[in-house]
Amino acid sequence: MGDYQTHEYDVLVIGAGGAGLRAAIEAAAQGTTVGLVCKSLLGKAHTVMAEGGVAAALANVDDRDNWKVHFTDTLRGGQYLNNWRMAELHAKEAPDRVRELEAWGAMFDRTPDGRILQRNFGGHKYPRLAHVGDRTGLEMIRTLQDHGIHQGIEVHMEVTVTTLLKDGDRIAGAFAYDRERGRFRLFRARAIVLATGGIGRAFRITSNSWEYTGDGQSLAYHAGAALQDMEFVQFHPTGMVWPPSVRGILVTEGVRGEGGVLLNSKGERFMFQDIPENYRAQTADTPEEGWRYTQGDKNARRPPELLTRDHVARCIMREVREGRGSPHGGVFLDIAQIKEKLPKAAEHIKKKLPSMYHQFKQLADIDITTTPMEIGPTTHYVMGGVRVDGDTQMSTVSGLFAAGEVAAGLHGANRLGGNSLSDLLVFGRRAGEYAARFAKDHQPGRINSEEVEAAGREALAPFDRSGGESAYQVQHELQDMMQDLVGIVRVEKEMERAAEGLGALWQRAAKTTVVGNREYNPGWHTALDLKALLTVSEAIVRSALARKESRGGHFRDDFPAKDPAYQTFNCVVEKGLDGGMRLRKEPIPELRPDLKAIVDELK
Amino acid sequence: MTQARFQVWRGNSSGGKLVDYSTEISEGMVVLDAIHQIQATQANDLAVRWNCKAGKCGSCSAEINGQPRLMCMTRLNELDLGEPVTVEPMRAFPPVRDLVTDVSWNFRVKKQIKKFKPRPPDAPDGTWRMQQEDVDRVQEYRKCIECFLCQDVCHVLRDHQLHEEFVGPRYLVYTAALEMHPLDTEDRLSELRKAHGIGYCNITKCCTNVCPESIRITDNAIIPLKERVMDDAFDPLVKLIGLMTKKVAGP
Repeated sequence: MGDYQTHEYDVLVIGAGGAGLRAAIEAAAQGTTVGLVCKSLLGKAHTVMAEGGVAAALANVDDRDNWKVHFTDTLRGGQYLNNWRMAELHAKEAPDRVRELEAWGAMFDRTPDGRILQRNFGGHKYPRLAHVGDRTGLEMIRTLQDHGIHQGIEVHMEVTVTTLLKDGDRIAGAFAYDRERGRFRLFRARAIVLATGGIGRAFRITSNSWEYTGDGQSLAYHAGAALQDMEFVQFHPTGMVWPPSVRGILVTEGVRGEGGVLLNSKGERFMFQDIPENYRAQTADTPEEGWRYTQGDKNARRPPELLTRDHVARCIMREVREGRGSPHGGVFLDIAQIKEKLPKAAEHIKKKLPSMYHQFKQLADIDITTTPMEIGPTTHYVMGGVRVDGDTQMSTVSGLFAAGEVAAGLHGANRLGGNSLSDLLVFGRRAGEYAARFAKDHQPGRINSEEVEAAGREALAPFDRSGGESAYQVQHELQDMMQDLVGIVRVEKEMERAAEGLGALWQRAAKTTVVGNREYNPGWHTALDLKALLTVSEAIVRSALARKESRGGHFRDDFPAKDPAYQTFNCVVEKGLDGGMRLRKEPIPELRPDLKAIVDELK
Repeated sequence: MTQARFQVWRGNSSGGKLVDYSTEISEGMVVLDAIHQIQATQANDLAVRWNCKAGKCGSCSAEINGQPRLMCMTRLNELDLGEPVTVEPMRAFPPVRDLVTDVSWNFRVKKQIKKFKPRPPDAPDGTWRMQQEDVDRVQEYRKCIECFLCQDVCHVLRDHQLHEEFVGPRYLVYTAALEMHPLDTEDRLSELRKAHGIGYCNITKCCTNVCPESIRITDNAIIPLKERVMDDAFDPLVKLIGLMTKKVAGP
């Protein structure tokens, strides 16, 4: 040890998806020096997978839309556990953030008069999602990437941060290794922005890539920051289920936005049978009305397929459990049936959903213009994450910021589709701005060399052990356990088994050994990722046990109803003085009167 | 369940060789699944890049039975499993380790291309108007997932190693997207002809053939750019003015 390369920046951004890129661009614009670290190559982060669109009340398609409607939609979708200040800022600022992308070269689909086109999506009252076919994420990340590379940001690709370093109570730097050679890096920074995304790899069936191991949540937690709402994991209702190798890959909600319907094995549109009370007034009574809604009829209400993701996912689970599922354990998503209503339906589908067409054709031998898809829920997103201040995005650790999926608050108990891409733009920018301000107001912190040495020893420990099992083994068992015991439907007993299981997995993780050397060794990387995966899994289990009700992404079979008493707090976990995880119930501040008036008015 | 045999290139910048593996395969599996299975059970340190596993991120580029492809989009049932399937890294780039190559040159090249420069906004609220057909045309180039398979197969780069003189098909597509963006006002034609070496491309269409996004690289990006470059460089009027200014300024 002792051998590492040192870099120094005013602001270090960890993660180069949409939030990280947007934060880095903003921090650079504020005149600070910026380093950007990412685990993969630039432009490959998970934002690239986003399909449906970015939600912003531009009101280009329906002029009844405005920030107030977007704000109330976000709170309703989040079942009122949201950080309402974030929901307010998000709804107000998203339109500017989207328009700004156009100034940087993004090309969204257009309305007939040449403005940005918007589409329908679950839980959004009006057509609100700016999009490019079904590959909006690619358009966004490429726009940010291609703009960002000219802003003087130093990018460190394929570098993984393992530990955050502090000077007393404030952040001082980060310790990392590069994948290529396994060399250590020390980043000194006055402020750090976490933009590392989510935790999907804690589950077996997920739409997330290998990168989604909860790094940012775990780094923040071990640095003393609070995590909140970790019980709220979003299971996206439509992932591929067949063939087995593609299980979990996302099928965009845009399919339903374009008129796709969900059917069980009896051919029933089962979503019509279970419409939650708080959405009844905005949901179509008949399939015919639902269809008109998808085609832009302003007098029609949305079809029940476009209810929030948590609800749709549970309805699908119910159909499967009660024996009305598809042959491979899902249900059917049928877009081909629009041919009864539209001329040239096949061309229309290929135009509106090109990558879905491609994906099914190539990976499942299915032509979605003629044949229904088999789909089922897949772990997609975590609403919870690092607890931050709504305006500045600073965590409970001074100088440590978080934006995008790694941060909690905006989405409450359930995220609306399209609110993630807008989240990362709005709060990526805010985190970058306030991190830059923090950097200007503070001198660099001192780096404690003992902490650095310890981080290096921890990273190399798997090489020093022998005879242990491989990290893949432990990772797979963790994924199976979380999927089976802490998945879409949760009960006390199973989660307690998971809590015990985690204890055993922590011990096994501490004994894993790796083969080979430090040069681009995924076995080693997987071993190091286990700490983060186990940390976030523990946070999920503890928070889920504490919430004895069902709300949003968190469904308890033993407490199937929503309980008003649980609407008043967020579950917050922190590292206790003894090193163990402590949970507290943090009261949600009362809604500001002007915002409350908006919510009441638009109920 | 059946077994399939694979020969995977293992090594680093100082050399390497194909190593035999055999693994169980199931319905619908793609090459990347097999590689992951081998990695998890037989070769924990087998280096491979991947992210989305759905053909959207362009990370898992490799040469499968000699063909440049994305591992995540190559189904095993379309390969002849009677023979071992060879999986090798892209050969136009320096090897790092196993299936991972050093593609950093691509990122450096992109930085040299002048960025998007829009005309002033069309509307008082700072927005622009564009027609869907303009968007559609440019979106063909913007579909690119930067897998660099076109760079891998391009003989100017692969065989002649002219990385310093030619930006390669990916960056001609990138330049085309900028040049044909309806709002862009920048001029990149002189660099295209000189520093970016568009003349090296002799339109053999190898790049088009391997593009997983089916971008018609040669026909829709490179040829139109070549035409623009020619028009710009050999416009008789421009030439004439050039000659005249030379005369005036001459000694």
